[in-house]
Amino acid sequence: MRQVLYALVPAVAAHVWYFGPGILFQLLLAVGFAVGLEAAMLKLRDRPLGPFLSDYSAVVTGVLFALCMPPLAPWWIAAVGMVFAIVVAKHLYGGLGYNLFNPAMVGFAAVIIAFPLELSQWLLPRQLSPGIPGFLETAQAIFTGALPDSTRLDAVTGATPLDELRTGVTENLAISEIRDAPIFGDFGGLGWEWIANFYALGGFYLLWRRVISWHVPVAVIATTIVVSTPLWLLGPDTHPSPLQHIFSGALVLGAFFIATDPVSGCSTMRGKLVFGAGVAILTLVIRRWGGYPDGVAFAILLMNMAAPLTDRLTRPRTYGHRRAGR
Amino acid sequence: MDDALPGDRIHAFSGGLKLQHHKQLACQHPVERPPLPRRLFIAMRQHQGDTGRPLFEAGDHVLKGQALTETGDDFIVPEHAPTSGTIEGVIDHPAALPPGGTQRSIVLVTDGEDRWTGLHPLEDWRERPAAEIVEHLHRSGLAGLGGAMFPTAAKLRGGWSGLHTVILNGAECEPWIACDEMLMRERARDVVEGGLVLARAAGAERVVIAIEDRMGLVEEKLHDATRQLVAGERVRIRKVFTIYPEGGERQIIQALTGREVPHDGLPQDLGVVVHNVGTAVAARDATVEGRPLIERIVTITGPGIADPRNLLALIGTPFSHLVEAAGGYREQVTRLVLGGPMSGTALPSDDIPVTKGSNCVLALSREETTPTQPALPCINCGECVRVCPARLLPQTLFKLVEAGNYDAAADYDLIDCIECGCCAAVCPSHIPLVDFYKHGKDELARRKLDRRRADLARRRYEAREERLQREKDARRAKRREREEKLQRSDTDAKSEIQAAIERARRKKEGGDD
Repeated sequence: MRQVLYALVPAVAAHVWYFGPGILFQLLLAVGFAVGLEAAMLKLRDRPLGPFLSDYSAVVTGVLFALCMPPLAPWWIAAVGMVFAIVVAKHLYGGLGYNLFNPAMVGFAAVIIAFPLELSQWLLPRQLSPGIPGFLETAQAIFTGALPDSTRLDAVTGATPLDELRTGVTENLAISEIRDAPIFGDFGGLGWEWIANFYALGGFYLLWRRVISWHVPVAVIATTIVVSTPLWLLGPDTHPSPLQHIFSGALVLGAFFIATDPVSGCSTMRGKLVFGAGVAILTLVIRRWGGYPDGVAFAILLMNMAAPLTDRLTRPRTYGHRRAGR
Repeated sequence: MDDALPGDRIHAFSGGLKLQHHKQLACQHPVERPPLPRRLFIAMRQHQGDTGRPLFEAGDHVLKGQALTETGDDFIVPEHAPTSGTIEGVIDHPAALPPGGTQRSIVLVTDGEDRWTGLHPLEDWRERPAAEIVEHLHRSGLAGLGGAMFPTAAKLRGGWSGLHTVILNGAECEPWIACDEMLMRERARDVVEGGLVLARAAGAERVVIAIEDRMGLVEEKLHDATRQLVAGERVRIRKVFTIYPEGGERQIIQALTGREVPHDGLPQDLGVVVHNVGTAVAARDATVEGRPLIERIVTITGPGIADPRNLLALIGTPFSHLVEAAGGYREQVTRLVLGGPMSGTALPSDDIPVTKGSNCVLALSREETTPTQPALPCINCGECVRVCPARLLPQTLFKLVEAGNYDAAADYDLIDCIECGCCAAVCPSHIPLVDFYKHGKDELARRKLDRRRADLARRRYEAREERLQREKDARRAKRREREEKLQRSDTDAKSEIQAAIERARRKKEGGDD
């Protein structure tokens, strides 16, 4: 699990570069709550602390949750998210190895449903911002909810590129027009696309270290391309390009770091491919027709539900048997 | 039917692991014979099957090679005296199988003379009918030297019409074990010749000798031997990748033929039969020289052994004697294993004797045996699925067995697990998976037995009920018959009386007239 943390370092560094130190606070908050709640639940459930805390699974849950948070999200969001992630999704289901759903995504789903306003206030990337908040200002914003007078919150926050895209399409603007907005970069959003690149870099590191297998990330990205390319070719004004899809939102993060969670995913090779493909298709469907700008979290949760059945249906053929299950 | 012959090309098999080799350690010295031990403990039942009747009395003096137990059907393999000496008796002696248990064992006090009884080679074996060779091998006490000790005759016989190839398995799948490699190095010619004997006995035209790609000189030596025996047409030497468990019977067949042994069938269904190279040499010794199977090469190795080597040990030699011949133990030995580290059996002590299947004694030290971490919950990572050579879902099987859901585990083909241990070796949660599968299989076997017993009891009960009913019916029928007869005789009697009265009346009337 520690490898996963190392793999996220470049992306977090990029995050700090584009959006300021907010992410660091979010990481500390989420990890702090995650580890604290994990320890409390282990204690309540009369389980040994040592082996379960040293596996870093709670830390990874906290980190993945924090990476989905706006940099200036108030501190209690992390607290609520981690209660749902660690207490509800993980320990009430039986603890490590027994959770049906990805804890970090359950936490994220809970807070995005409960606090949509707080979660939509993203900082503008440094190129567009009158001034990235510094350490003190960030801390003040997160813990008291107010920025110092010198900077006004609505000057430094704005919609994410996916938000922008979604609003634009509902207003019948062509994608080429929407993309004229300064928040868009070469492929995805300004800043976002580079963070995605660093997520991918971390993902390749995990592949190289054999922490994850290639099946899920390849299935997610390949399916995204295969499904979005024809739509984009048919209607480039209403459908974003495959590259835009990949480099926006949490798709790369999800493909390499979240959908690869073994506990809530599939364990057969074919099952992993199905799982990844399902995540990609559901993400695209939610982005286009759903009620939220990004759908990675919900797509992963929905596929978590389907994972046990998928495993059952993609069971390999046992040696010496003519067909699987015979 | 495809025309490809076994060994035409090497196929991949599913799963498996690349393991640290550790074989060189025991291959520094040539195979040596340890000094004669004072006592031998020959297990009377070494193989799968029954025990033959003893042919001796306590106190008898026996010669080397003399049969000690009777030869029976294919599953009753005889044991022979490994050296000359006096029979002290039969005792329950510790054995490797069942783990921690004992076996009835013949105690032979050696006399140091090592005097042979008369040897009976099978002259002109190349001309003899197959059945005769099989019978000869059976009388010579042959059982598989690969480890399972399956009676060789039982494997050879059966008149499998399509059988075309004998595969000699020289791929020791596990690390550390080097007895087969040393055998092929030192007796390459006998391996090839033994292969030809087995092929003749099985009615097969061809022999394929499978060796690992890391065995160096062995390949060249086998080729030379094949040339010397002018058997190039019939014998092929094939290198397979050193990936555990390539040396498993089903895996070696898959590697050489690309086909899988049906789960409800035998290798013979694919026209092949697999024998260990050691068995081949034993077959050669029995036919060409007339020597029964009384010795085998045992690898004594591991970080806990002072001077690891391969020893030609008489059957019945206590492992402690062999360890001594290999320089004794180093200090920190924490575990003795019979077989390899992946699928071997832990030995409770070293006074256990060599059997026909003992290929290796591995002495491990603290470093290799101390568990690094306690078992944690399964996180469904799928590593075990990746390495399983039987293409099972080990994590699912584990969860089902743990939950006591044995029937569901059977649906997930628990029975097809070959207990190679790859899954447990890669498990990041350190779960002793194979232990769960063994338990699950035992449980399924027990249930099957219970079901058979229950069926039998039910059939007996039903038969009894049926018999009682039948008897009851018969009694009732009889009674009815008697009653009817009685009734009938009743009316008969009445009419007779009536008639008599009538007659009397008539007489009276007549008299009156």
